[in-house]
Amino acid sequence: MTDAALCFEDVALKFGEHEILKGVSLEVPEGAVVALAGRNGAGKTTLLRVASRVLRPSAGRVSIRGTPIDEFSRRDLAKELAVVPQDTPVSFPFRVIEVVLMGRSPHLGVLGFESRADVALARDVMARVGIEEFADRSILDLSGGERQLVLIARALTQEPRVLLLDEPTAHLDLAHRVAVLDLVRDFARDGRSALVISHDLALSARASDRLALLAEGRVLDCGRPADVLTPVNLMAAFGIRADVIQAPDGSPLVIPRSAASDAMS
Amino acid sequence: MKILTPMRALWSLSVLGAVLLGALILGLTAGPSGLGVGEILSVLADRDATGPAADIVLRVRLPRVLLGALVGACLAVSGVLFQAMLRNPLADPYVLGVSGGAALGGILVLSLGSAVGLGYEAVPPAAFAGCLITIALLYAIAGANARVSTTSLLLTGVVFNAFASAAIVFLASMAGLTEGASIFLWLIGSLSSIRTEVTGWVAMFLVLGLGATFPLARSLNLSALGGESAEQLGVDIDRQRRVVLIASSLMVGAAVSVAGMIGFVGLIIPHLLRLILGPDHRLLIPASAFGGAAFLVICDAIARTILDGRELPVGAITALAGGPLFLWLLRRYHQRVFS
Repeated sequence: MTDAALCFEDVALKFGEHEILKGVSLEVPEGAVVALAGRNGAGKTTLLRVASRVLRPSAGRVSIRGTPIDEFSRRDLAKELAVVPQDTPVSFPFRVIEVVLMGRSPHLGVLGFESRADVALARDVMARVGIEEFADRSILDLSGGERQLVLIARALTQEPRVLLLDEPTAHLDLAHRVAVLDLVRDFARDGRSALVISHDLALSARASDRLALLAEGRVLDCGRPADVLTPVNLMAAFGIRADVIQAPDGSPLVIPRSAASDAMS
Repeated sequence: MKILTPMRALWSLSVLGAVLLGALILGLTAGPSGLGVGEILSVLADRDATGPAADIVLRVRLPRVLLGALVGACLAVSGVLFQAMLRNPLADPYVLGVSGGAALGGILVLSLGSAVGLGYEAVPPAAFAGCLITIALLYAIAGANARVSTTSLLLTGVVFNAFASAAIVFLASMAGLTEGASIFLWLIGSLSSIRTEVTGWVAMFLVLGLGATFPLARSLNLSALGGESAEQLGVDIDRQRRVVLIASSLMVGAAVSVAGMIGFVGLIIPHLLRLILGPDHRLLIPASAFGGAAFLVICDAIARTILDGRELPVGAITALAGGPLFLWLLRRYHQRVFS
């Protein structure tokens, strides 16, 4: 057992006969941003759902700073760990500020009205995420990208030690993608940690300290992005030929080859 | 709109409390005997009041107005709870089939009771027994597998309501003319043949229901963004669903058992209040209790007085009055209430 901020040890999970996770071992160290990449259906989202105890693994263990997550109450787990889903269904016209304030929920009592300090924190986070101008709009009226920013603000207002983000930039434009990944980096800077699923390998490589490639329910490789994003690994994880070049700042850039260009070469 | 604070919640509930008080006074004054507000208040203030005015106020109108308020509160609170639990703005208290079970129980007695010596007084207990059987059925489905989808739960309700409706049609077609009229009245919902001794029971289920579910109000807010999301914010979603299912069903069962299938209150009052006060369940649940109570008392007052010398079933008035009122508010607030 390790004292990593979040640690998966040999985690396996089956849905019926279908094995989604086949013994995943992965550490998210304190103060680190770990990116998680892999093809659709590789088990990335399932791993995040196991970490937040929405799903129970059929084998293996998940722990936070050495304590198995099963030993936390639901509320205490929510103080440790916040999740930004890809999207979420919304049934009623809550305003953006109300949704962001929901992040304070694990810290409040039973009926728990939010204090002025909670409201100030929510407004501060909204300003950092860049959504303060639509604080009073109904979440039902927002675009997919705006809604994603609201969910990120809610998770930051939760003040967790570990942030789990499931494709947080999927609906965002390039400027917002960079801004969100900067926020995640800032979050990790003061000793907290983040595990980020992303299909944007270039941005993930730039924003993360480590990158894990998941393939067929197992960690194929994990380490510095430049070491992991190799043509061999990309072939194994995604089944594609790709060139990997170096950006001016030294981070790896993946350039997939199309079947046509392969044929020409 | 400001963020909900205890002061804002108290202020809103005070206004609704005043509306309810006005509705209760209106309910007590409405009727053919022409009693004024002053006479009614003096009867209420005097514990030893006697005479025709006291008889009318204390024995006829007050029990009816109180029971109407309790039934309205039960229906509106269970409506808001079902909408929150099922994350479906179109849900109403009758959506899960509890009302179908209660109706079947009540109508069994109405149509066949006289043959075995059961009078009208056996209708509420029979209806409530029907409601309990339905809850047991729902619990067997949702309780045994708390992760059952809301769609499965809704489908179970639809199927059970269809079964109950078919059984009711069968019973109604076998019933005589008098029983048939009682069944018709009961299906629309009416407060005309209420029995005062059931008031305490309905009050008890309302208090228990509110007591069990009000502490879940904030977690119901979180559930509006999905059950999984609520779990990740620390909510025990299985427990929440069980408590809401049982508490709401018991409130619906109590209301339907004594007043029949009064429609619209449980659907429209939560929406109407959500438009005005916002969707926060910490305010919406108690506000629905006040709002539902006031609405049904006013509708009942209209039902008793709109036709000279005749009384309409209150269930007809709730839809006739509530529909246009809701559409007017929807237009005025220009707000999206559906996802």
